[in-house]
Amino acid sequence: MNGSLLTRSSKRKLAGLAVSAILLLISMLCSVLYGLHHFGLKDLWQAYSQFDGSNEHLILTTARVPRTLVAALVGASLAVAGAIMQVLTRNPLASPSVFGVNAGAVLFIVIGLLAYGSSLTMSGMVWLAFAGAIATSVAVYTLGLQGGGFEPVKLTLAGACMAAFTSSITSGIMLIDKQSLESALFWMIGSVEGRNVEHLLMVLPYMVIGIAISFLLAGSLNIMALGDDSARSLGQRLTLVRVLSAAAIVLLAGSSVAAAGPIAFVGLIVPHLCRYIIGHDFKWLLPYTALVGAILLVTADLASRFILETKEVPVGVATAIVGVPFLIHVARRNLHA
Amino acid sequence: MLNPRTAKYTIMFIALTFIVAALSLLSLSVGGVGVPLEEVLASLVGRNAEASNLIIMQFRLPRITAAILIGAALAAAGALLQGVIRNPLASPDLLGVTGGASVAVVAFMTFVTGYSIHWIPFIAIGGALVTATLNYVLAWKKGVTPFRLVLIGIGISTAMGALTTFLLISGPTYLAAQVLNWMTGSIYGTNWVYIEVLWPWVAIFIPLSLLMAKELNVQSLGEDVARGLGNRLQLSRMILLFYSVALAGAAVGAAGTISFIGLMAPHIARRLVGNCYKLIIPVSAFIGAIILLLADLAGRMLFQPLDIPAGVFTAGIGAPFFMYLLFKRKRT
Repeated sequence: MNGSLLTRSSKRKLAGLAVSAILLLISMLCSVLYGLHHFGLKDLWQAYSQFDGSNEHLILTTARVPRTLVAALVGASLAVAGAIMQVLTRNPLASPSVFGVNAGAVLFIVIGLLAYGSSLTMSGMVWLAFAGAIATSVAVYTLGLQGGGFEPVKLTLAGACMAAFTSSITSGIMLIDKQSLESALFWMIGSVEGRNVEHLLMVLPYMVIGIAISFLLAGSLNIMALGDDSARSLGQRLTLVRVLSAAAIVLLAGSSVAAAGPIAFVGLIVPHLCRYIIGHDFKWLLPYTALVGAILLVTADLASRFILETKEVPVGVATAIVGVPFLIHVARRNLHA
Repeated sequence: MLNPRTAKYTIMFIALTFIVAALSLLSLSVGGVGVPLEEVLASLVGRNAEASNLIIMQFRLPRITAAILIGAALAAAGALLQGVIRNPLASPDLLGVTGGASVAVVAFMTFVTGYSIHWIPFIAIGGALVTATLNYVLAWKKGVTPFRLVLIGIGISTAMGALTTFLLISGPTYLAAQVLNWMTGSIYGTNWVYIEVLWPWVAIFIPLSLLMAKELNVQSLGEDVARGLGNRLQLSRMILLFYSVALAGAAVGAAGTISFIGLMAPHIARRLVGNCYKLIIPVSAFIGAIILLLADLAGRMLFQPLDIPAGVFTAGIGAPFFMYLLFKRKRT
């Protein structure tokens, strides 16, 4: 490839990254300022510089800002986890939930509600969800490796099967114990509303570690995408890369589901959108997926406040409305599809 | 001399038929009111004068027939789709069949007052077919490719799911309970009317898909091979997709959304009989029927007097069996 051409395309990609970052900041700002009550930039400034305990300042600092941060971080984590998942399983339809992450988190929460009833606190639920996500994905990974060697298809099927099995147990428990049903239903509709900074801080370190591992793996993922034989002959330690990718997925998806409940679709489509924009190089793809995932979820959360006049719609509905048109456009334009 | 492979598969089919028959008889005789096996058999040949005749003929038999038909339809639909899409995660849900049916039913319940419950299956089938067609049209660009179809299918399913939620939260609360009940996937309210709607679809489309099995084998080898072998790729793809959607749509119409069978029954079948669709389709159908019969039986028996929707147990019963198969074979 021509050297000057490479730098020109790199420059363009870098510019795109900067534009996405600016878009993300704008959408986050809008998400903080607009909703049932509108605020100005001055209010936001005063809420942090001269906090006076008024309702406006309370809404801004305890509701709007945390929710926006959760949306951005969860969106970014899910999207990055999805991109890695799709190369690990070699399946473009894979998303973090294929590891049973969401199903496991929900099961643990329902069991927790069954055991502790209403004495289960929100922070307790966050930890339970995280533990459930990790336990299920470790089980899936172990199952998928049984019977000789790593086969992406086997891993995928083990995951899909485990997820279905876990949800089946969850529904069974919920049918027997009606009380856990109601508390669990609230949590099972993924949402970034009503989450406070504390819950975010509990999982933030894991998200950061997950993102760091993913970005460090970018080069190895590029080689792994070439196929096992090429990767091995290029001196990749495949098992190590696989274990690390799986760890990154679990950390990212697990902390997301713990912070915001199961949010589907973001982890599946954002990698597709970004591959369309930027191509297959993971060194570019991962930062782009992180930013676009964050933009999608922040915008969807903003939209969810305005779709119905009287009440907020779940963020999943808004994600679909914002994301589906793009997905269809990309699917129709993509030459390789 | 009989070919040993043929013999093996003949035995397998006899065994599968036997399992379905035995499970059906068991399912007919146990329940809230136990009925002795002689009376069950007497009812089936029309010679039962006891009170149990009503329970058998009006409540249990339609329900069990429905379980067999729905399980078989979903599993066959899944097998067809996995062959066309060539992705192990493909299931009829991905083409928006379930999503479309749900939206149609919810919209119908929301906007039509004084409807008859008998309309629901037709509305659901209609919704499924319209959504699948929309998916196909949107994916069409000088022909459809499996990947484009699925990617757009995911988008459309998600949109339909969102639309369902939207209708549910903007509508009255009592409606949400009714719709959620329908969506869990139950067959306990089944009567003969549902069977009359359902059986023609199964009786027509499963044999038709068997006739297409050869085309499906070719398709599953990949696009280039299929074209190289002179397969009329787009035409047979469209026909196969239509069969799959018709079968899944009819099943969803009769039972609501029953997960897992469409996804996993074909995988179980593939691990039992290998990669030839002439065998995969019928074996999947049997496996699907068996899973749903067992799930329905479990739903009735485990938490008496509660009658739990069969959709809850399909994965609970099918998943461990599939895991066992996954372990047993070293290589697929």
